Amino acid sequence: MKTAAIIMIFGSLLLLGLFKFPLWNIMLGAPQYPDPLGMNIYIDGIKGVEEFDLQNIDGINHYIGMKTIPKPEEMWEFSVFPKVILGMSILGVVIGVLGFFGKVSYKFFLGWFVLMSVLGLLGMYDFNNWLISYGSDLDPNAIIKVTNPDGSPMSYKPPLFGFQKLLNFDVTSLPHTGGYLMFVGMLLTLVAFWLGRRTSVKATTQ
Amino acid sequence: MKKTLKITVALVAVLAGLTSCNNSEKSKGRSGALASNVAEKVYVAPGEHDSHYAFISGGYSGNLTVYGLPSGRMFKEIPVFSQFPTNGYGYSEETKPMLETSFGFVPWDDSHHPDISQTNGKLDGRWIFINGNNTPRIARISLTTFETEEIIEVPNSAGNHSSSFITENTEYVVAGTRFSVPVPQRDMPIKDYKGNFKGALTFIAVDPEHGHMDIKFQILMPGFNYDLSHPGRGKSHGWFFFTTYNTEEASTLLEVNASQNDKDFIAAINWKKIEAYVNNGGGKMMPAEYTHNLHDEATHTATSTMKKEVRVVDPAEIPGAIYLLPTPKSPHGCDVDPSGEYIVGNGKLSANLTVHSFTKMLDAIEKKKFDGDAYGIPILRFEDVLAGSVEQPGLGPLHTEFDGKGNAYTTFFISSEVVKWKLGTWEVLDRKPTYYSVGHLTIPGGNSREPFGKYMFAMNKITKDRYLPTGPEMEHSAQLYDISGDKMELLLDFPTHGEPHYAAAIPAEIIKNNSKKIYRLAENKHPRKATIDADTKVVRDGKNVHVYMTTIRSHFSPDNIEGVKVGDKVFFHVTNLEQDFDVPHGFAMIGANNAELLISPGQTRTLTWEPKKVGVWPFYCTDFCSALHQEMQGYVRVSPADSNIELSWSLGD
Repeated sequence: MKTAAIIMIFGSLLLLGLFKFPLWNIMLGAPQYPDPLGMNIYIDGIKGVEEFDLQNIDGINHYIGMKTIPKPEEMWEFSVFPKVILGMSILGVVIGVLGFFGKVSYKFFLGWFVLMSVLGLLGMYDFNNWLISYGSDLDPNAIIKVTNPDGSPMSYKPPLFGFQKLLNFDVTSLPHTGGYLMFVGMLLTLVAFWLGRRTSVKATTQ
Repeated sequence: MKKTLKITVALVAVLAGLTSCNNSEKSKGRSGALASNVAEKVYVAPGEHDSHYAFISGGYSGNLTVYGLPSGRMFKEIPVFSQFPTNGYGYSEETKPMLETSFGFVPWDDSHHPDISQTNGKLDGRWIFINGNNTPRIARISLTTFETEEIIEVPNSAGNHSSSFITENTEYVVAGTRFSVPVPQRDMPIKDYKGNFKGALTFIAVDPEHGHMDIKFQILMPGFNYDLSHPGRGKSHGWFFFTTYNTEEASTLLEVNASQNDKDFIAAINWKKIEAYVNNGGGKMMPAEYTHNLHDEATHTATSTMKKEVRVVDPAEIPGAIYLLPTPKSPHGCDVDPSGEYIVGNGKLSANLTVHSFTKMLDAIEKKKFDGDAYGIPILRFEDVLAGSVEQPGLGPLHTEFDGKGNAYTTFFISSEVVKWKLGTWEVLDRKPTYYSVGHLTIPGGNSREPFGKYMFAMNKITKDRYLPTGPEMEHSAQLYDISGDKMELLLDFPTHGEPHYAAAIPAEIIKNNSKKIYRLAENKHPRKATIDADTKVVRDGKNVHVYMTTIRSHFSPDNIEGVKVGDKVFFHVTNLEQDFDVPHGFAMIGANNAELLISPGQTRTLTWEPKKVGVWPFYCTDFCSALHQEMQGYVRVSPADSNIELSWSLGD
């Protein structure tokens, strides 16, 4: 159980990587951009991969009437996400420490994982909503208007995950270091649960 | 009868052998570059990069061109001494000061000898220097922006030919005069040349951090002609060697009168000794007028300053600093091998190539084995300083570079060939023709302490039938050879721009990652910049109208201007707001009597326009910047001189 608790603490602490590393990354390559433009999505805001990438993405997007990439103060998520992540990390550590001293059962580890997963899914849902609005809430006076075969305006929504071709741009959207650290951390809390359960089952059968 | 037949058969066989041998030689020469293995050596696949940069002087174009090796593709023409309407260099208000001289605005020159900055005798790729031959000037070009940053005029000089060569830590860029002239200039009979004219050899100190140039001293040498020069390397660091011709001091029909002496000289100059002398207050300040033009990367603006005096050194004041090494027959190139031991005098009218020994020279100086003097400068004995001669290597030796493996490569103008020979044994190892009448050759780093001896290219003066004919005037040719093997192998024949007088080449990896992509807008300190739309405005100052304008894909701000009058002078200060690689914008005004502008991302440039006719006149972007480039345009309304229409400007109304 002690090992499980240590793993639980360590897994929860990995969430803190999100304060240093991006959660997600979207790269936009095109014939004219052999070195793709890119945005790194942090829990507290969006930054360019290279210094002027955001400015250049906005510059290109103005032709199709897309809004500029939001500043941190323009989206509530960028102030709430850090608090949620910090809170979950602290909660995980507390559960781990209590587990270490036998004050709580391993089931709390799973509880934390489920809570984190729900929050994560909500986050993803919210992120996807933003992508939809970013890609489809277009200026009606846009310079270039592209329509789908059915006549509806084309959406420039970047993919939530994976690759998509948008006009001349190849768009790739994947988790980044912070995201991977979070996934590993969450996985570790599952491992902690499994280890805790095994120890507990062993103890009962003996 | 049988015997006769046999002899005949044998003769025929020998003749056939000779002919076929000739044929194969010829076909090799003709189709060499078509052979597949050769083609592969110069093929740089689409999207791939060349392994080397070559900076080839433009001669009478006054500029410097940038090529890739081994492909021979031209990447850029860098304007240096010549106005360049392509991007407005020398026309825009910011760059006009670059071409100021003590003779006024001189918008052209004859650029000859580029040389890349060095640290410890190795190419460091920070700057490249080049001389303006006609109106004596030295330019420094940044190898991060690939733009001319600085030009300094050289006073007391005329025909700035033995220039611009760099000492091994870029302490100095050296400029020698080709013509000797009265110093100071004065009204005097030309026939009194002898003994009265002087040849100024100028040592320009280079600031190690910024590269800024400042004339440290000039040595006023006897009135010979100083053709080429080269710094000592390694053991001979601290010395500089100049070839001379016309030691006869003739002032007319030089082709005959300057070719009479059996030997001219290589002047060996201990510049460290003269530097110490000058640092201790030696020499004297002499009145002189020369400009120093500096382009500031932050303000994007050049300024021209007129300097009023220069420090001159009379060789007689400092005995033991200068010696003369007799060298046969009007030597041209003066080349020092990577070890610094051998000084090659390419006696252009001599049948042999003369190589002097630095060690023997020091020894002869120590033992004071002099053979008279010229105007007080000791002359050493030819035999005492001679290291060896390459016997009968070709006709008209001009210039030698080295591969760092103990071999030297010399061009022969008259016999139109490059000859490879061995240092120390002086044996000829190989020879290959050039097409035609080769001047200089270049090996990347081939005049430094550490050559990169993979390629050599020869730059020719005559093209004739090498390319599709283009009328009487053709670009010159250059040939690229692989010198990594025992024998030189001709790889490629490519045209150059202007006169490819000489070149400097360097492995690409030394500089390519330093190449700037944009100028940072946040660091733009141009006094008339506009970095956001709110900064754009039009301001009248008497007859002068200043337009603070911005460009970004795909519009000008403002794009409509009214209130300009005939007789005004309109200054368009255009700032390119882009911060994206390779997105310059152009600015072109109808009827502009100067040029267009090409404005790099983050840069501000100013075009002056003097409207002469009433009307509504358009301007537009000349650089195809975006899908809506064609829409990037605007109007200036020009009213009669006496109208009272107020200035106004707009965008998107």
